[in-house]
Amino acid sequence: MLSKLFKKLRPVPVAILLMFAIALPALAGPFEDAVGKFANDEFSDTEEAVEAITNSGNPLAFTIISALQDDRLMADPDTKKVYVKGLDGKNIDAATGTAVDSIPDSAASVRLNNRLRRTVEAALGSLTLQSPDPAKRIQAAQSVFKTHDEAMLPAIDSALSKETDKAAKLAFSEARAAILLFKQDATDDEKLEAIATIKARGDQEALALLTGLTGDQPPAIAKAAAGATAAIQSRLALWSMVQNAWYGLSLGSVLLLAAIGLAITFGVMGVINMAHGEMVMIGAYTTFVVQQTIRDSFPGLIDYALIMAVPLAFIVAGAIGILIERSIIRFLYGRPLETLLATWGLSLVLQQAVRTVFGPTNQEVSNPSWMSGAFEIGQITITYNRLWILCFTLAVFAILLAMLRYTALGLEMRAVTQNRRMAASMGIATSRVDALTFGLGSGIAGIAGVALSQIDNVSPNLGQSYIIDSFMVVVFGGVGNLWGTLVGAFTLGIANKFLEPVAGAVLAKIAILVLIILFIQKRPRGLFALKGRAVEA
Amino acid sequence: MPHLLTRSLDRSAIVFLIVVAALGALIPLSNLLLPAGSFFQVPTYLVALFGKYVCYAILALAIDLIWGYCGILSLGHGAFFALGGYAMGMYLMRQIGSRGVYGNPILPDFMVFLNYPKLPWYWHGFDMFWFAALMVVLVPGLLAFCFGWLAFRSRVTGVYLSIITQAMTYALLLAFFRNDFGFGGNNGLTDFKDILGFNVQADGTRAALFALSCIALIIAFLICRAVVTSKLGKVLIAVRDAESRTRFLGYRVESYKLFVFTLSACMAGVAGSLYVPQVGIINPGEFAPANSIEAVIWVAVGGRGTLIGAALGAVVVNYAKTYFTSGPLAPYWLFMLGALFIAVTLLLPRGIIGTFNAWWEPWKAQRLAASANAASAAREDGVSEPNMAE
Repeated sequence: MLSKLFKKLRPVPVAILLMFAIALPALAGPFEDAVGKFANDEFSDTEEAVEAITNSGNPLAFTIISALQDDRLMADPDTKKVYVKGLDGKNIDAATGTAVDSIPDSAASVRLNNRLRRTVEAALGSLTLQSPDPAKRIQAAQSVFKTHDEAMLPAIDSALSKETDKAAKLAFSEARAAILLFKQDATDDEKLEAIATIKARGDQEALALLTGLTGDQPPAIAKAAAGATAAIQSRLALWSMVQNAWYGLSLGSVLLLAAIGLAITFGVMGVINMAHGEMVMIGAYTTFVVQQTIRDSFPGLIDYALIMAVPLAFIVAGAIGILIERSIIRFLYGRPLETLLATWGLSLVLQQAVRTVFGPTNQEVSNPSWMSGAFEIGQITITYNRLWILCFTLAVFAILLAMLRYTALGLEMRAVTQNRRMAASMGIATSRVDALTFGLGSGIAGIAGVALSQIDNVSPNLGQSYIIDSFMVVVFGGVGNLWGTLVGAFTLGIANKFLEPVAGAVLAKIAILVLIILFIQKRPRGLFALKGRAVEA
Repeated sequence: MPHLLTRSLDRSAIVFLIVVAALGALIPLSNLLLPAGSFFQVPTYLVALFGKYVCYAILALAIDLIWGYCGILSLGHGAFFALGGYAMGMYLMRQIGSRGVYGNPILPDFMVFLNYPKLPWYWHGFDMFWFAALMVVLVPGLLAFCFGWLAFRSRVTGVYLSIITQAMTYALLLAFFRNDFGFGGNNGLTDFKDILGFNVQADGTRAALFALSCIALIIAFLICRAVVTSKLGKVLIAVRDAESRTRFLGYRVESYKLFVFTLSACMAGVAGSLYVPQVGIINPGEFAPANSIEAVIWVAVGGRGTLIGAALGAVVVNYAKTYFTSGPLAPYWLFMLGALFIAVTLLLPRGIIGTFNAWWEPWKAQRLAASANAASAAREDGVSEPNMAE
């Protein structure tokens, strides 16, 4: 019985012994020896230590070497112990990785000279190449790609052979190509292959690398490099066009959003509403208030604040719009210039009212988590908020179009637009339709404010910055035609963004304004003019 | 010429001219001759302030000429005003000479600061007063001519015209804000020293500038009266009231509009050129669309289609602005201005003078009718529409 127990227990001491056997060499192994060398404070010993530690594969290696680079590696010449002074104030024993309460005063930071610094940098580079995080590996490979340091070739080769992650593998092979391209003794075949790899990468960095190639290359390689440069350049040009187009679409969606409400009040009703921008501003402030309320009362719902703000902004701005129509604008029908002046006065009042209530400074409206961030397609970066705004704009446009076409109110609106007196005699309450139309236009401006609060400063002047652009869009697109507004907004947006790289932002804007003024000469009623028999609008 | 004058001046116009001339003479004299601190002495800062109002009044006349008599609502007249101001500002800049901070005899300070190698070509000639004075009229006039030619020829009317004039001044605003545009960018032109050898800060110069502004107002008023009382003026009113009908009657509407628009822009330019030495600065802010719209409301308040009303409106609204923005009511000024826009368009569409005339004229007509009962009916017809009859 007892012997049986012993028999069972027999492996235990063996296991303990074995553990010692494994652990002991580790305690006094090459890694620890190497760490100990730092305490000698000799440059040659430090260099040996760096190499040994880099090749040891020990998880502490990166911490130690980066500490060495930042003068945070402390060695005590008396006890030969080495410590890492942590960035967060937590110090560890370099040899074991155990936490240390305090570093003895006798310890001094390990000194470096310029040659050593280079060694340390290279060591750090190859250590990050072995980082367990693929993103870090890729980053390291990218930095090698830029520096194309020949010394990194072995590290890259070994990392490449071990690599399993697809993206990281590509990054490593690109880094390898960059090194080979600049390596003096690389064969022509290797160089040609390298050029092909770099050409496949095809971004600004690759272009910089190829143009950095010295002139004394063999003709075959020089020719390949020139071909690759040209290919990359044309591809980059294409991408920059795509990029501009995207920016243009994005700007166009903002313009469309701001102008679409105006297209209804100005286009459908013929009312010049200079306070339209202020409706946008009111929508943005509604968003601010909603977000503030939710942040204070239901912090868990903060990501949905924006969605809740949409109907609220529509209601608030729409209600104010109806109020304006009933109290001011209905007395001014048929007198467009007076309407213009009265609504301008109104815009001053609304701005000042908001300034009085909320103060003149910008209000903070945060992006919900699903709208922040970006993703990349090829060489261009697309931010989620711009993408959402584009989608949102198109959705609003589609809903509005459907509303005008399929609802009773839409039918009445179109009837009143086409022939007010005939509509009235068919029993349509034209003044009610006017009020609702104006409310609809204002409400949509409010919705625009919700979206614009995500990309612009929410301040009392928010509306002012859009009013002229919005009018330009409506006038350019053609009054009384929503499709014209759509085409007008995107045309102006894209034209603006394509002019910007050539002429600069301000000149591009001026050029667009001048072009519109000239365009109106040619087509005074815009791109899509309403056909009719009216002599005078 | 005497015939033209007598025809264009009715009793109210003569009263207006006498009042302006009296103010133009008395205010500078009181400022210069009476001892400082005396009750009747007008302090220098007030002279400059009134001078500003007079310039605004000229601008208002210019706007009234096209809006009140031809139905062209320009929301970009501030641009012509500012261009005239810049032309004068350029002359004043060149007069600084080597007295600038950097002491460069040719280049104005901002050009030295922005590393301009030499004077841009469009700055040449502005060291001569006659050239600058010519440009004050020519530049706004030329811009208005080109703009108007394009706009009126393609029959851009009504609110479309208003919006593109606004876009025009907005584009100029953006352009003049640029440093490399060569007009001092954001800061504009300032720190003036001399005008025609006189110190712009001196009391005497300010008084003289005020008197000059009053003379300019009188001349502008006379020109406007001459235009609106002539046959040309009748056609302009016809264009205002029924553009298509006027065209069908065989008038070249575009030419009439273009003439009056260009004339109006020249007047606005002169107003701006008198404004700049009195306020001592011109910057791109003057191009702001809001300024142009504000100028329109002066005319609306005073009464569109009544030249005296336009000048009066400019002074009244600006006096109110000065009064309220400097007092404890400053935060409410924009409310008041906004309310003014709404109230005038809704409740007082004829403006102060127009409303006054609407009350006064029938009463006067009745009195006339009583005294001369024979031809009273015909005359009453003639004055029932005061705006048209002027």
